Amino acid sequence: MAEGSDNLVADAAARIFADLADPQIVNRAKDGGWKAPLWTALTEAGLPLAWVPDALGGSGATIHDGFAVLGVAGRHALAVPLAETLLAGWLLARAGIAAPATAMTVAPVRLHDRVTLRADGTLGGSAAAVPFAVEAEHVAVLADSANGPVVALVATRDCRLTPRHGIADDGGATIAFDGVTPLKHAPTTIDRDALMLTGSVARALQTAGALEAILTMSVAYANERVAFERKIGKFQAVQQNLARLAGEVAAALAVSGSAADALAQAGEIDDAVFLEAASAKIRCAEAAQEGAAIAHQVFGAIGFTKEHVLHRFTLRMLAWRDDFGNESHWAAELGRRVAARGADDFWPLVASR
Amino acid sequence: MTANLQFDQIRLPPECEALREDVRAFLAEEIAAGTFDPYRPGHGDSHSREFSRRVGAKGWIGMTWPKKYGGRERSFLERYVVTEEFRVANAPVRLHFVADRQSGPVLLKYAPEHVKQDILPRICRGELCFVIGMSEPNSGSDLFAANTKATKVDGGFRINGSKIWTSNAHIADYMLGLFRTSAPTKENRRHGLTQFLVDMKTPGITVNPIYQMSGQHDFNEVVFDDAFVPDDHVLGEIDGAWKQATSELAYERSGPERFLETFYVMLELIRALGPEPDLRGAEGLGRLVAQLHTLRRMSVSVAGMLRAGKEPVVEGSLVKDLGTIWEQKLPHRVRELTAFVAPETGNRETLDEQLAFATMIAPKLTIQGGTTEILRGIIARGLGLR
Repeated sequence: MAEGSDNLVADAAARIFADLADPQIVNRAKDGGWKAPLWTALTEAGLPLAWVPDALGGSGATIHDGFAVLGVAGRHALAVPLAETLLAGWLLARAGIAAPATAMTVAPVRLHDRVTLRADGTLGGSAAAVPFAVEAEHVAVLADSANGPVVALVATRDCRLTPRHGIADDGGATIAFDGVTPLKHAPTTIDRDALMLTGSVARALQTAGALEAILTMSVAYANERVAFERKIGKFQAVQQNLARLAGEVAAALAVSGSAADALAQAGEIDDAVFLEAASAKIRCAEAAQEGAAIAHQVFGAIGFTKEHVLHRFTLRMLAWRDDFGNESHWAAELGRRVAARGADDFWPLVASR
Repeated sequence: MTANLQFDQIRLPPECEALREDVRAFLAEEIAAGTFDPYRPGHGDSHSREFSRRVGAKGWIGMTWPKKYGGRERSFLERYVVTEEFRVANAPVRLHFVADRQSGPVLLKYAPEHVKQDILPRICRGELCFVIGMSEPNSGSDLFAANTKATKVDGGFRINGSKIWTSNAHIADYMLGLFRTSAPTKENRRHGLTQFLVDMKTPGITVNPIYQMSGQHDFNEVVFDDAFVPDDHVLGEIDGAWKQATSELAYERSGPERFLETFYVMLELIRALGPEPDLRGAEGLGRLVAQLHTLRRMSVSVAGMLRAGKEPVVEGSLVKDLGTIWEQKLPHRVRELTAFVAPETGNRETLDEQLAFATMIAPKLTIQGGTTEILRGIIARGLGLR
């Protein structure tokens, strides 16, 4: 795993994760007692509200810094709502709403969900499979209103939650907003695509980080585990599989890093930025699927146990495919955009990145 | 050693974009003049002496090399732009491409000064075609099994044996060949091979064509019967060629030509699906676009890291492995995605012709320049498994 990077904020996050979110220790923990000290340390380092300006209660880090932290979080299969709080803080800040110093999540994360702010000031609609909904004290909601899109800050305890056990057990729930009065709300210029694509790039970076971790783990295991009187890593069939895994890691790292860079520089989401962000979600979801299968194959039965940490990475990667638009959705949208531009404008688009 | 792959976020600098416009304008003129047809890959020659000379006159061959050898001292990222624009346009670069990518850099590093002064400027002018003499009938991926001998004689060496799968040998001016000057040792089976520059007009060299299953004539058998090579055409250390491979390999493997050889199929897919594709077509196209964009970002990143003096050997091999596997599947994927497109669609004939050609050449993509299996061995070594 990368020791030290050119990013101080990511390095600070890495130290906290190493001390307080070690996947082995977390996996063995009988309860969630490790969460509070971890969250406190993250909060003291200003990480959950990194995308919130000082004036609105955050630490005012750059988009680039926040994305770098998410890559590191993925390497630790982090099981607290850091990505979600970052996104919630960003969404609130872009509507001028100060962020509470709590764990937050963001909604909607599924494409077909619609939340509306009614004329009487209450919300309607629901959002399915919102990650960490049962742990987060607040949720930042992107809703439609008669006057255009609004961002609403909602206390989760005011809502009706239906826990939903997905692939990764990260406290997901369907949140019913009907009749709930937000604590605050304000108009925003962020549209659904901007939220979904930013969330998608966050998930892509987490996935790339998780893939890096499972490659390191798989190589180390193949160099230890002996079968037929040889380390299994000496078998060509295993080597070829691990080389394929490295390819998936490489693709995920390259495309997610590129998309993060593109979003950090972007003024608006034009076709080029859309290509970057959508490609990151599509390709990282594909890499998650291929990569998880290979890592499990290398580890054999031990990797399939609750006791082993591998599932903390592989199941999260697979679950992340469905957040903020799955890869099929973004592929269809990207395909439509490319088709509408026409063949002659395709290469110039690709080459512009 | 643990897995620690790195892909720096390299964006092509502004001077690259100005250059890109120049290259596109040049290619548009060549297409208009009928030099080549960007849509018909199986037709016409993939090389043209006149075209290569015009490219040379533009300063786009050997463009990263020192000016004193005819180069332009431009950056590897600028060369990257030229390479990808030529590839995407399906331009006939066959004559000069190997010299530009591989042979020139080897000569720059290992040839005697007077040889560099003689040959490199001619490569830059687009006058010389180079071939790689590596594989032999009994030595393919296993390079160090090469057995064609170079025997020391007065003033040089006599070469006997044969090289095979030698692309372009029938049009080549020079070969960079790997020949056996000593037997391998017990300790080092890679010992005993030496790299030579060979003038293809040397008496004793015969080139026999080998036709490919696609109907093309690209590679050949080259037979050496007492062919003489002078001492000053030895490149690098005698018996020590194994030490000389090399960072060039990363350039060879990670370039855009590794996934853009049949790019025309992507364009024809977009034309076939039309401006409002159905869901299946749109999703399939979108995935291909995302995969291609990813490959290109990886490839640009490796080019940038090489330029910065890093040695992304594993990353370079990964680009070729992923790129060639992707491109090998491309015609099949496009065939599936266009299966329900109405037969009377305007470009059906062109598409079918392209698909046929791309399908026929697809098997070679994962063989040439390092097979999938060899690449994955290199990657496994880089991961610390060997």
